[in-house]
Amino acid sequence: MHANLSNAAAVPALAVDYVPAEGFLSSFWLLIAIPLASAAILLLLGKRADKWGHVLGVGSIAVSFVLALTYFFQLRGLDNKSVELKLFDFISVGSFHVDFGLLFDPLSAVFVLLITGVGSLIHLYAVGYMEHDPGRRKFFGYFNLFAAAMLLLVLGNNFVMLYFGWEGVGLASYLLIAFWSDRPSAATAGKKAFLMNRVGDAGFAIAIFLMFQQLGTVNYADVFNGVGSLSSGVVLMMGLLLLLGATGKSGQFPLQAWLPDAMEGPTPVSALIHAATMVTAGVYLIARSNPIFSANLTLQTVVVSVGALTLLIGCIIGCAKDDIKRVLAWSTVSQIGYMFLGVGLGGGAYALAIIHLLAHGFFKAGLFLGAGSVMHGMHEQTDIRRFGGLWRYMKITWATFGLAWLAIIGLPPLSGYFTKEPIIVAAFERDDWTAWLFGTAALLGAALTAFYMTRLFVLTFHGPKRWTEEIDHPHESPPVMTVPLVLLAVGSVGAGALMASSVPDWLTPVLGGRGEHEAVLSHNVITILSIAVTVLGVGLAYALFRNGTALQEQPAGPVVMAARRNLYADAFNEAVFEKPGIFLTRALVFLDNRGIDGLVNGLAAAVGGGSSRLRRLQTGFVRSYAMSMLTGALLVVAAFLALQLGWLA
Amino acid sequence: MQDLQLPPIDYGAIAPMLILFGVACLGVFFEAVLPRAARRSTQLVVALLGLVAAFVVVVIQSDTRILTAGGAVAIDGPTLFLQGAIILLGLMALLLVGDRSLEQGGAFVAQAAITVGSDADRRQATRSQGATEIYPLAVFAIAGMMLFVAANDLLTMFVALEVFSLPLYLLCALARRRRLLSQEAALKYFLLGAYASAFFLFGVALVYGFAGGVQFGTIHDAVRESTQSTILLYGGIALIAIGLLFKAAAAPFHVWTPDVYQGAPTPITGLMAACTKVAAFGALLRVLYVAFDGAAWDYTPVLGAIAVLTMLVGAVLAVTQTDIKRLLAYSSIANAGYLLVGVLALSKEGLASTMFYLVAYGFTVIAAFAVVTLVRDADGEATHLSRWAGLGRRSPLFAGLFTFILLAFAGIPLTSGFIAKFAVFGAALDSGEAWLVIFGVITSMLLAFPYLRVVVMMWLSEPGESTPTVSIPGGLTAAALMIGVVATLVLGVAPAPLLDLTTNAAEFVR
Repeated sequence: MHANLSNAAAVPALAVDYVPAEGFLSSFWLLIAIPLASAAILLLLGKRADKWGHVLGVGSIAVSFVLALTYFFQLRGLDNKSVELKLFDFISVGSFHVDFGLLFDPLSAVFVLLITGVGSLIHLYAVGYMEHDPGRRKFFGYFNLFAAAMLLLVLGNNFVMLYFGWEGVGLASYLLIAFWSDRPSAATAGKKAFLMNRVGDAGFAIAIFLMFQQLGTVNYADVFNGVGSLSSGVVLMMGLLLLLGATGKSGQFPLQAWLPDAMEGPTPVSALIHAATMVTAGVYLIARSNPIFSANLTLQTVVVSVGALTLLIGCIIGCAKDDIKRVLAWSTVSQIGYMFLGVGLGGGAYALAIIHLLAHGFFKAGLFLGAGSVMHGMHEQTDIRRFGGLWRYMKITWATFGLAWLAIIGLPPLSGYFTKEPIIVAAFERDDWTAWLFGTAALLGAALTAFYMTRLFVLTFHGPKRWTEEIDHPHESPPVMTVPLVLLAVGSVGAGALMASSVPDWLTPVLGGRGEHEAVLSHNVITILSIAVTVLGVGLAYALFRNGTALQEQPAGPVVMAARRNLYADAFNEAVFEKPGIFLTRALVFLDNRGIDGLVNGLAAAVGGGSSRLRRLQTGFVRSYAMSMLTGALLVVAAFLALQLGWLA
Repeated sequence: MQDLQLPPIDYGAIAPMLILFGVACLGVFFEAVLPRAARRSTQLVVALLGLVAAFVVVVIQSDTRILTAGGAVAIDGPTLFLQGAIILLGLMALLLVGDRSLEQGGAFVAQAAITVGSDADRRQATRSQGATEIYPLAVFAIAGMMLFVAANDLLTMFVALEVFSLPLYLLCALARRRRLLSQEAALKYFLLGAYASAFFLFGVALVYGFAGGVQFGTIHDAVRESTQSTILLYGGIALIAIGLLFKAAAAPFHVWTPDVYQGAPTPITGLMAACTKVAAFGALLRVLYVAFDGAAWDYTPVLGAIAVLTMLVGAVLAVTQTDIKRLLAYSSIANAGYLLVGVLALSKEGLASTMFYLVAYGFTVIAAFAVVTLVRDADGEATHLSRWAGLGRRSPLFAGLFTFILLAFAGIPLTSGFIAKFAVFGAALDSGEAWLVIFGVITSMLLAFPYLRVVVMMWLSEPGESTPTVSIPGGLTAAALMIGVVATLVLGVAPAPLLDLTTNAAEFVR
C-alpha cells in the first residue's frame, strides 16, 4: 500500500489542456506536408526525376528540420507549451468523432527534431551510399514517405492519427526493407516484419476501439482526462493492448524476432528506421499514453519486465553474432529494452527514457552508418571475423565509430553515460524487492553491452587482418558519407550532458516531474558499480579478441548455441504460431473441399453400396454444396429453436 | 360484392425502378427490331442513359419518406441511399460489360447454345461479336435489386429476389472463354439459388402463420403482441435469414461463391460482388431492423456466430488460394462477415456504417475486377496467381493501382477500407458486441496476409516466361477502374460527406 501512495505522489494527475495554434505556429502541418510532397514528386515523376531526385529528397527533409527548429523556438516562448491544430473533420458518425488534427508539444517537438535532424544526416549519407544504385530516386521517394509518416505519428493529436502514422511507417519500412528485392532473404525479411507487426497492430487497434467504447473519444486530451473514471481492469487491458502494439513496432519481447532480420535492407534504412526513429515509436506510444500507464501499477510492472527481459535477450544474442549489422540490430533491441524499462518505471523515468532515446538516435545512427562505411570499403562484407586492422585504412570511420562505441557502453563523459546510468539508478529506486531484480538486470545489461560492443569494435578495427582474398586495399568513404558520420559523432559526445540537464525540465509539462526517491543503494555506489562493470566488460572483450578470432563458427556450449539461434525465439514462433496456423488452414481447406463431400460419398457407399457408379454419374460438386448448406440451415434453425426453448440460455 | 380497390401509388417515388424496368423492356424490343450492327452501341447507350436518369430521380426524391403501393414498397432513407449505390455500382459494372477493346467482340459469347468445343464454337470464339442481350439482362438485374432493397413485405421481397437472380444466372453462363467453367458455374448458382429461395419461401410461410400477414409493419406488431407459438416465428426468421445470407455469401451458405466468381465473366463477377452484396444486405437490414427488431435479443447470438464463422472461413481460406478470382471471392466472403458485424450493431450507427461499408467496398471490388480483366494473354484472362509474378516490372501503373486496391481491402489507413471497417467495428462496440469486433480485427489482420502475398508476388518476383502483359484498357474499363480507385482514395481521406449522408439516411419507415 505504501508503494502505491508514494508512486501516486510522484505523478501528479495532470489536467491535459491544449490551446489552438496561432500565428506562425499554425503552419506546423508543413513539417509533414513537405516530405510528403517530395515523396509524391519523386515517385510520380518516375525516371524523369532520376538526375536531381536525391537533391530534392535531402532538401525536403533539411527544410523540415529548419522549420522544426523555428517552431521549436516559437514553442519555447509560449506559456502553454501544447498547441493543437485541427485541419478538418475526418470521421464523424453519430457520437463518434475524429479530427484530422495535429499536436505540437514538448514531447512531439523533441521527436520532430530527432526525426528531421538525424534524418537529414542519414539522407545526406544515403546520397553517397546509393550512388551506384539505379533505384536511388525511388529509394529517396520511399525515404521521404517514411519521414512524413513518422512525423504524422508523433504530431497527431489523437490515437487514430497516431495509428495512421503507425501503419504508414510500417508500409514505408516494408518497401525499404524489400528495396533490394532481388535478394530472396530481403523479401522474406520484409514479410516477417510485416507479420509480426500485424500482431502488434491488432493489439493497438483493439486498444483504440476499447478507448472509444469506454470513453467515447480517441483524442489525447479527452482520453487522458477520462482515464481516472475507468475501472482498473479496463485501464490494465487498454495498457496491455497498447503495450502489445509497442512491442511489435519496437522489436521487444515477445515480438523481437523481426528486427534483426530487417537488416537486409540498405544500411541507411537500418540507421534511420531500425535504429533512430521507427523502432522508437513504441517508446513514444507509451510515453505519450503516460496517464494510462501511470494509472495502474501492475501495468507498469509488466512494462518494466518486458524492458528488462528484452534488454538482456538483446545483449546475450548480441554477444554471439558475427554479422556487423546483426550485432548492432540486437544491440538496438537491447537499448530499446532500456527505454522500455525507463517508461515502465514511470514518474521521472519517462523523461530519462526519452533522453536515452534521443542519445541512442545519435550514437546508433553513427554506428550503423559507420558499419555501412566499413562495408562500402570492404565489398559489402558483413562478417566481423573477416575484418581486422581497419583503423589504419579508414581513420574517420574508425574515430567516429569509436566515439559512438564509447557512448553506447556508457563511459563518462560521453552521452550514453548521462542517459543510461540514470535509468539504472531509477531501476534501483523501485519501492520493493523488485528494485534489486530490475537494477541488477540493468547493471548486467551494461556489462554485457560493454562486452559485445568492444568485441565488435576490436574485431573490426584492430588485431590482425583477416580479410577475404579479393580485398587488397580498403578505402575510406567519400566526404558525403563521412561528414554525417562526424556530425553524428559530435552528437554522440556532446548531446548526453546537454540533454540530461535540459530535456527533463522541457518535458515536464507532458510527462510530469521527477519526484524524490530513495534507492536501495546510494546513488554514488550505483554509479561506481555501473562504471566498474562496463570497464570489466571492455577489458574482458579486449583480452579475448585482441588477437582476432577464428574465421569459422566454432563448436560451443549450450548457452552460446542458444544465443546463436536467437535464444530459440524463431523455433518458438514456428511451433506456437506457424504450425497451428498451417494446421488450421489445412483443416479448413480439407473440410471445404472434401469433408462434406466425403461424408456424402461415405453415406452413399454405406447405404447403397454403389457409390462408385454414383460418383461417376455426378461429376459436379453441387450436391456437396447443397449438403453443406442444408447442414448449416439445420444448425441455424436448431440454434434459434434451442434459444427459444431455453436450452442454451 | 365489394369492388376491388386499387391502392394509391406514388409514381414519383418508384420512378427510378419504373425507368429501369422500362429501359430493360425497351432493350428487349431493340434486340428484336434493330439490325445487328447497331444493337451494341444502342443498347449500351440506352442502358447507361437509363441508369443516369434513374440516379437523377433518386437524388430528386432524396427527401421522400413514404410507404406506397399498399405498403408493399417503402421509399425511405436507406432505400434511396442503397438504390443510388446500386445504380452507381451497376453503372461501373456496365462499363466493364460494355468494353470490347480488350477482346474482339467483348467478354461475352455470341450464342451460348452452341456446343462447347465444336467447330461453330471455335468460329464464334474468334470472330463473332458478343451477345447484346446482356445489356437488358443486366438492367433487369439492377432494377430487381432496387426493388429488393425497397420491398416492404416478404412476398414483394421474394419476387424481387427472383427478378434480380434469374438474369444473373443467365449472365454467369455467357463467358466467351472457358465456357464449360462458366456454364458449370451458372448451373451451380442456379441450383443452389433455387434451393436457397425454397428456404426463404418456407420461412415466409412460417412467418405468415405466426403473424397473419407478410407486411413488415404487421410482423413487427405481431412479434410484440401475437399469442401464436413463437416456434413459427423463430423457424421463420431462421429460414428467411438463410435465404438472404445465401445471396450475401455468408458461411456456411457461401459454398457457391468461389466457383461462381471464378466461372462467371469477370464484369459479371464485379456486378455480383458489388451490387448483389448491396442488395442482399439492404434486404437483410430491412428485415432485421423493421420486421423482427422485437426479436433482436434472440437472433443476435445466432447471426453473430454466423458472422464469426464467415469472417474466419473467408480469411483463412483466402490464404491458400492460387487463383485471383477465387482469392477475391473468399475476400468477399470475409467482407460479408464484417458487414454482418455492422448489421448486428442494431442501431442507427450500425445501419449507417453498414451502408457506408457497402458503398466503399463496392467501388473497390469493381476496380479490382477491372484490373483482373486487364491481365491477360492470348487465351484470355490470366487468373492464376503464378502468372501475376513480376507484374510490377511489366506494368508498374496497373500493378500499383492493384496494390492500392489490395491495401484498401486490407484496411490500411487513408483508404476507404480502413474507414469502413472502423465505422462498423465502432458501431458494434457501441452496441456492446465487443466479441464480434475482436474477431473482426483478428481476421482482418489474417486477411492482410493473402493480399500482401499478391503484392509481394507482383513486385518482388522476377517476371516469368508466362507472366502476361497488361492490356491497355479501353475507355470504358479505364473509366470504371479510375472511378473505383479515386472513390477508394477519396472515401479514405475525406469520408465525412458520405458518412453524413449515411447518417441522415439511416432511418427506416415502418
